[in-house]
Amino acid sequence: MNVSPQNRRMPVYLDYQATTPTDPRVVEAMLPYFTEKYGNPHSRSHIYGWEAEEAVEKAREQVAAIIGADPKEIIFTSGATESNNLAIKGVAHFYKERKNHIITCVTEHKCVLESCRHLQQEGFEVTYLPVQKNGLIRLEDLEAAITDKTVLVSIMAVNNEIGVIQPLREIGALCRSKGVFFHTDGAQAVGKIPLDVNAMNIDLMSVSGHKIYGPKGIGALYVRRKPRVRLQALISGGGQERGMRSGTLPTPLCVGLGVACEIAKNEMPAESERLHYLRDRFYKRITEQLPEVYLNGDLERRIPGNLNISFAYVEGESLVMGIKNLSVSSGSACTSASLEPSYVLRALGVEEELAHTSLRIGLGRFTTEEDVDYAVSEIVAQVKRLREMSPLWEMAQEGIDIKSIEWAAH
Amino acid sequence: MAYGEKLIDHYENPRNIGSLDKNAADVGTGLVGAPACGDVMKLQIKVSPEGIIEDAKFKTFGCGSAIASSSLITEWVKGKTLDEAETIKNTEIAQHLALPPVKIHCSVLAEDAIKAAVHDYREKQAKKAKPEAAE
Repeated sequence: MNVSPQNRRMPVYLDYQATTPTDPRVVEAMLPYFTEKYGNPHSRSHIYGWEAEEAVEKAREQVAAIIGADPKEIIFTSGATESNNLAIKGVAHFYKERKNHIITCVTEHKCVLESCRHLQQEGFEVTYLPVQKNGLIRLEDLEAAITDKTVLVSIMAVNNEIGVIQPLREIGALCRSKGVFFHTDGAQAVGKIPLDVNAMNIDLMSVSGHKIYGPKGIGALYVRRKPRVRLQALISGGGQERGMRSGTLPTPLCVGLGVACEIAKNEMPAESERLHYLRDRFYKRITEQLPEVYLNGDLERRIPGNLNISFAYVEGESLVMGIKNLSVSSGSACTSASLEPSYVLRALGVEEELAHTSLRIGLGRFTTEEDVDYAVSEIVAQVKRLREMSPLWEMAQEGIDIKSIEWAAH
Repeated sequence: MAYGEKLIDHYENPRNIGSLDKNAADVGTGLVGAPACGDVMKLQIKVSPEGIIEDAKFKTFGCGSAIASSSLITEWVKGKTLDEAETIKNTEIAQHLALPPVKIHCSVLAEDAIKAAVHDYREKQAKKAKPEAAE
C-alpha cells in the first residue's frame, strides 16, 4: 500500500484497536464538505442543502453496504459509544411495559456494561454471561438465560482487547427463534470481518468511524426495519434520523464514514490476508525467541490484526516504558487509572499475575513487515532485560513455585 | 504516563541489579509486594562487621516507578548504618523521583523493602548469637 500517512514515523504505531489514522483518501473526500459544500443536509430550499443531503445519503448507502443492510436502516450517531447507549437504553425503554430483561456478557466494552448498569438502577434485570477461557460465550449459557421477559441480547462482535469473534450467526439464530432482539457492538468488527445483518439475524449493530480509518466523532447504528425494531431516542430535537437521533448531521464526518466503509469493504479480502501473514509472523518470531509467553484469547476465532500476549514475570507498564519506540497498550493495572488489571483478561480466567504482564498489539492498514520485525526485536530485547531484573523470573529459574510463597497483599 | 528525568534514568540505567547470597550470614534479604498486585521487590544488603551497609542489590517485578524506587534505595542505603537506613522515608523517595500520586505505593514498597532487609539481617545475627551464648 502506497498511501501510508506516516513515513516511518516513530514510535511505530501498534494500537489499531484503540484508534486508526484517518485514511488520506477519506480525508480528501471529506474536505469539500467543510469549506465549499457546507450546507445543512436538512435544508430543503436551496442547492447547499441538497448537495449535502445527497452526500449524506450516499454515505448511508456505503455504511449499509458493508453490513448487508438497507440504507434506511442506518442511523448516524457520534460514535459507537452513543450507538451502544441508544441501542440498549432505547430498546429497553421502548418495550419496558412488556419486557424488562437484558442479556449481555462480562467482556463487553465499558459503554455497554455501564448502559446495562444504568438500566439496572432503573429496575431492569440484567444477566452478564461469563466467557470461556478462549473469550467466547457458550450458546448453552445464552439459551438458558433467555426468559419470556428478555427483550434484548447484546453481545459484541469482536472484543476490543483480545480480538476474539463471538459466534454471531449462532447467537442471531437463537435470538430470532426466541423472539428476542439481538444487538451487537460491531466497533471492532466492521471492515475487519465479513458481516451480514440478514444472514446473521442481527437486529441492531453499532458502528464506529475511527476504528476503520474514518474520522473520530462519527458512528452509526443499524436498526432493523423488518421485523421492525423500535427504540426511544436519547436526544430530543428536530426528529432527524427517523426520530431516533435528533441533531444536524455532520456532513463531512458522514462522508468520511461512508468512504471509510467503502474502502474497507473493497480491500477486506486482500487486507485480511496481509494482516494474517503479519500477525502470524509476529507471534511466531516472539514465541521462537521467548519462553513463557502466553496468548490471551482464541487464536483461530480472532480478527487478524490483534494479538494479546502475556510475558510472564515482566510487568506490563515497565515493558511499555522499555519499548518506547512502539505504541501499544497493556492490560497491566499500572496503565489504568483504577489500578486493577484488565477485567477482560480476568474474565477469561487469566491469573492476576499474568494479567499484569500483558500487551495488546494491534496491526492495521499501515503496518509493514519492517514494522513487525522491528517491534519483535524491541520486545524481545526488553523482555529479556526486564526478566534479568525480575525476582520472579529468578525464582522460576531456581525452580521455586511462586504460588507456594505467602505474599503479603498490599 | 509522563515521568520525570530522574525516574526514567533509574529505569533505563538501573543501579545495582542482581543478587547476593541469601544464605550468607552478613546478607539481609527483603522480599515485599505480591505478583497478583503487579509488584514484587527484592532488596538485599551486605553488612560489614561494623554494622555498615557496604553493598546492596535489587531485583524488581513492577512498573517503571517500582523499578526506579528500588534502584534508588540501593544507592541510598550504601554506606549507611542499619539504623540510618531504617529512617529512609517513602516520602523522600517519592519526592526525589517526582512520583505521580498513583505511584506513591511504589515508594511505600521500597521503604518496606529496606525494613524487611534490615529485619532479616538482624534476625540472622540474633540466631547466630544464640547458640554462641549457649556455649
